[in-house]
Amino acid sequence: MKLTIEQVRHVASLARLSLTPEEEQRYATQLDAVLDAVAQLQELDVSGVEPTSHATLASSLLREDVTRPSLPPEKGLANAPAKMGTSFAVPKIIE
Amino acid sequence: MELTDLSMLELAAKLAAGEVSSVEATRACLARVAQVDGKVKAFLRLDEKGALAAAEASDARRKAGSPASPLDGVPIGLKDIFLTEGLETTCGSRILQGFIPPYDSTVVSLLKQAGLPIVGKLNMDEFAMGSSNEGSAYGPTHNPWALDRTPGGSSGGSAAAVAAREVFGALGTDTGGSIRQPAAFTNLVGIKPTYGRISRYGVIAYASSLDQVGPMARTVADTAALLQLIARHDPLDSTSAPVEAPDYREDLEGGVRGLKLGVPREYFIEGMDPEVEATVREAVKAYERLGATLVDVSLPHTKYALATYYLLAPAEASSNLARYDGVRYGLRAKDAKGLREMYGLSRDRGFGSEVKRRIMLGTYALSAGYYDAYYVRAQKVRTLIRQDFTKAFEQVDAILSPISPVPAFKLGEKANDPLSMYLMDVFTLPCNLAGLPGLSLPCGFTKSNLPIGLQILGKPFDEARLLRIARAFERENDFSRRLAPL
Repeated sequence: MKLTIEQVRHVASLARLSLTPEEEQRYATQLDAVLDAVAQLQELDVSGVEPTSHATLASSLLREDVTRPSLPPEKGLANAPAKMGTSFAVPKIIE
Repeated sequence: MELTDLSMLELAAKLAAGEVSSVEATRACLARVAQVDGKVKAFLRLDEKGALAAAEASDARRKAGSPASPLDGVPIGLKDIFLTEGLETTCGSRILQGFIPPYDSTVVSLLKQAGLPIVGKLNMDEFAMGSSNEGSAYGPTHNPWALDRTPGGSSGGSAAAVAAREVFGALGTDTGGSIRQPAAFTNLVGIKPTYGRISRYGVIAYASSLDQVGPMARTVADTAALLQLIARHDPLDSTSAPVEAPDYREDLEGGVRGLKLGVPREYFIEGMDPEVEATVREAVKAYERLGATLVDVSLPHTKYALATYYLLAPAEASSNLARYDGVRYGLRAKDAKGLREMYGLSRDRGFGSEVKRRIMLGTYALSAGYYDAYYVRAQKVRTLIRQDFTKAFEQVDAILSPISPVPAFKLGEKANDPLSMYLMDVFTLPCNLAGLPGLSLPCGFTKSNLPIGLQILGKPFDEARLLRIARAFERENDFSRRLAPL
């Protein structure tokens, strides 16, 4: 299995990571090595086996649908890198 | 004997008897931190004011004869993965530098209600991804038993702080061994409870189907006492189990006579350190002398656990860590042009190399065209690994194995080789994949005085029995009472 630089760039773009050219090279090599190692799973016959998403959970737990107090805006915004009034401020989205 | 050398319960007895105050114990911890943490580097930050205020309140309760819990007034430390209201929490990452949580994790609230002063926040591999603490953006922690060696990871700061007697106990988290391996490397008792036993609310997520909170302490009884305070259902965590916790100390001295203990052949592998193997086998034999029956068991899919884990955990991480986007908290690249570039640059600058590696791997495994071949297949193998344990537990009450194939390794030794670092978790990951409880117990030392840990794995919600099995061994020797030469 050989990961191309184009594939690495595609995955980095999906993950919203602006990698440097050095990082792209490094991750191409290192991810190759990990993907080679995990290819071992292909040798198992898993036909008819149900996938496990949670080990001990039989079903999701539900609680009463009642409103509870949530964080007040000033607390929720306290760590914001930029804010406007009671909103998080971000760079322009639509060019 | 120094005050800080006491176990949590020994200190609690002195607090109850009025021989020492919580303020004195907390000041002793702070003095010990000042004395040794320049070498150990377990703490990312102290909360001197908060800890002393909690200690004063505890002393007032003790004086009034109404302690809030058996451990009221016993100072502890917290891995920096737990949200603490008003106290910076970074998860070992640059991306969360300066982040002040607006609320407490459920476990932190429980410990505060129980009266335990929180001395500070402890170092860890960034976002709990790592087995050596070298992944911290703030520099590695050093092992109090040998300062040129790792304390393990990712809860390495928690382990080192307790082993160095800077605090009496600590909380860590364990996704693939992150409580048990550092406990083994620093001669502590640590338990990763059953998935769902402890609330994950307000605990920064790495891999949500595997993450679990647990206590680390110097004795089995301390570990049981600390677990008691946090093992309960939490409606704020929908994966928290509505299962009543038993009294973990009630049956602690019950011994192992009549118990069947499994020894899985797949956990004694080629390439293991010979001193580790010999010491663990010796401990296993000791259980036979103590009246348990040893049973050979097989967990045939063990060799697939590493590959399964390194697909599922990064996949979950890539999803969980999508929230660090520079919008609501954490680092933002201010020089970015447009939203898309702000996401990309903030994340590239804020995350360290191991975190980016796992995000890339996880994103790949979840991406179109690879999802079935990697992610879904790994989930199916996870089922096979769980079934191995289910079958083994039809025959035995618990399983004994090594924690790590090697003792604490030198800092820098594996830092540039991700695959050899991943191999460090080979004996601890299956337990997380199966959601089972696992305990790490001091069981001896190498010739160069490095601690070795025994792993005890159990059935779901069978923590009380694991603690009892651990205690049966602990009272036969002095291993867990030996203190790091620092």
